[in-house]
Amino acid sequence: MNPADESRTAKALAQEIGEICSKTSGPLRFMEVCGTHTMAVHAAGLKSLFPDNLFLVSGPGCPVCVTEKRFIDEAMLIGQQHDACMATFGDLVRVPGSFGSLATFRSEGGTVRVVYSPMDAIDIAAAVSPRPVVFLGVGFETTIPTIAATLKTALARGTENLFVLPAFKTIHPPLRILAAKEDLHGFLLPGHVSAIIGSDSYEYLVRDFRKPGAVAGFEALDILLALRDLVRMAVDKSPAIINDYKRVVRSEGNPVARAVVDEVFEVSDASWRGLGLIPGSGLALKGPYARFDAAKSFPVEVPEAKDDPRCLCAAILTGAKTPDRCGLFGKECTPEDPVGPCMVSSEGTCAAYYKYGAA
Amino acid sequence: MARKPDTRILLGHGGGGRMTGRLIREMILPKLDRGQLGALPDSVVLSGLGAAIAYTTDSFVVSPIFFPGGDIGSLAVHGTCNDLACSAARPLFLSLGLILEEGFPMDQLETILRSISRAADEAGVEIVTGDTKVVPKGSADGIFINTSGIGQINGSVRPSPEKIAETDLILVSGPVGNHGMAVMLSRAEFSFDFDLKSDSASVWPVVERLMELGDGLRFLRDPTRGGLAATLNEIAHMTGKEIRVDEAAIPLDESVSSASEILGIDPLQAANEGKIIAVIASDKGQEALDLLKECPIARGASIIGEITSTNLSRVVMTTRIGGSRVVSEPSGELLPRIC
Amino acid sequence: MCLAVPMKLIEITGKGTGKVDSGGVKTDVSLMMIPHARVGDYIIIHAGFGIEVLNPEEAEIRLDIFRELAAATARLEET
Repeated sequence: MNPADESRTAKALAQEIGEICSKTSGPLRFMEVCGTHTMAVHAAGLKSLFPDNLFLVSGPGCPVCVTEKRFIDEAMLIGQQHDACMATFGDLVRVPGSFGSLATFRSEGGTVRVVYSPMDAIDIAAAVSPRPVVFLGVGFETTIPTIAATLKTALARGTENLFVLPAFKTIHPPLRILAAKEDLHGFLLPGHVSAIIGSDSYEYLVRDFRKPGAVAGFEALDILLALRDLVRMAVDKSPAIINDYKRVVRSEGNPVARAVVDEVFEVSDASWRGLGLIPGSGLALKGPYARFDAAKSFPVEVPEAKDDPRCLCAAILTGAKTPDRCGLFGKECTPEDPVGPCMVSSEGTCAAYYKYGAA
Repeated sequence: MARKPDTRILLGHGGGGRMTGRLIREMILPKLDRGQLGALPDSVVLSGLGAAIAYTTDSFVVSPIFFPGGDIGSLAVHGTCNDLACSAARPLFLSLGLILEEGFPMDQLETILRSISRAADEAGVEIVTGDTKVVPKGSADGIFINTSGIGQINGSVRPSPEKIAETDLILVSGPVGNHGMAVMLSRAEFSFDFDLKSDSASVWPVVERLMELGDGLRFLRDPTRGGLAATLNEIAHMTGKEIRVDEAAIPLDESVSSASEILGIDPLQAANEGKIIAVIASDKGQEALDLLKECPIARGASIIGEITSTNLSRVVMTTRIGGSRVVSEPSGELLPRIC
Repeated sequence: MCLAVPMKLIEITGKGTGKVDSGGVKTDVSLMMIPHARVGDYIIIHAGFGIEVLNPEEAEIRLDIFRELAAATARLEET
């Protein structure tokens, strides 16, 4: 589409959203679960098109934001004590732990390799053998199969010096917790996670919580379309799960990808920054793949990490508060000097607020 | 709890964003500024020498050393020439300082020197003095280069931030982000093939044409580290005005746009090495574009925005779909965002 | 969370591997999760893996919806 038609389409959708929202007097609050949606919403300046009573709050779908400080601390200790080379997605490089970030670790002589694909970590392992290479395993359902496939390849090739520090998360357990919140009227559901788990997997939102959900793509118009469907379902009190990203997401998801995951991982509990321990929300390496677990292969004494008590990331991650309500925001907490994870991650709510602002 | 002072230099301090600014303001300037340094010009017009002479220096530490569209050598010539050009000075003389790591392959050095020679000839500058040092293995990343440059200012056109006024237009001389993206994609960790080249070039031909606008040419900057976003913010801070830009008018090559989507990197924050951002009078827009028509390195020049009358030092973008958002200053190292 | 982009599959390079292209940027990816992908398909790439094949009919339906909305706005602009 040309830019003129794109903006005409946006105008039409925004107008429709405005008309539906005007039928209700109270506020309508939806959560965009996925951090890439957060980024897209801000990058397109979508909020400037919303009516006054429509609010979009960010959810927990930002791997960096929900990863605990302890994870970074553990990674750095393994790196320091075992001369391990860190392989990571770029997302994690600037995330502060209790004693600095991977960027600090690198400035002190540690090796940090930023990869595009976890498969690149196999090549790095071959190049630096016998030094251990530790891949920092963060991510949700979209990323987890790529890690599982990488470990399958490593096992088949007999790669001995590659390890993963697992902090993987799955989206349904926290979503169930959030769906129970009275003041959230529906969910903008993550497009690429849904490509793996399928749009049918969200039925419980409607069945158990009477909340609508719309699976959305990542272009500005995709998000507007899904929002239109969400406000309509909320105002009409007719909750359903609508798949507005049918070009990519099948109702059953991608069973091949899920089978690879089941071969390598088993369900475990996981700690979420801001949400605490959520049973069944994590994944652990199993069977022949357990030997890739960096935490088990390189046990280190990780001191208890303390979060700055003034940081509101926990409330922000659950949509209870917006960044501008935090006393640290933009003053002591900025992207280059982040206090909390929502500012560190480029797709964190605070970073997006800070970077794109409201204009 | 005030911000903890940095006890060590981090890569982000060299990213051209806020961290770099803080290092310069808090660490360097208080000790060294005697009057001329504080304005932080890319190049300085020296006073008291009779003729109007512009002087600048720049160091080059790019990794990888060789990238599509150039190498550290051609970059060292272009970068310094471009800082002079932004003072409306014709680049004339360069110094060349080489810091070589023990074990650096001689044939690579030869390639780089040939590249320097070719770039200097094309840019019409001469290397007139230099220095070579070798450091022990591990003390440098193969090769670092410093070039200082001297240029001559002819005529009366002296672009400076004070000349920028409300309603002035912002012109960019071509598609943005090519250099930063080409270098990012060339990194050893990534295995991409791409037909995307650095835009590394001397921008003097562009500046020379724009100088025909006379007083209509207010200000020039080459948007290197931190890209378009950094330079626009710099102009907003200098003038105290809000700058409005139109996303649909910002030229982007398809390959840059694809690469930025694949890696989750904002192309407006990626470096350029052969582009000019010019602020020009509101009635000179078409004339400026006409002047650049015949200039090969200004392919795709575009008027992307204007200086508003609002006294808010910030950059606001009208997005493709008609929303608006702030374009903030890049904060440090560009990192791919994947998971 | 899960940055992924559509890229065109231009070559099957081996068992479960292929080369994809977007705007002249090409890379080798794993097709392990989308064994049904064919040359010419647009596939959604995340971290070096194809996670799904883009459904062209659905993509077209979406564009039709948007074109219709744009046309309606254009008509309003004229009046």
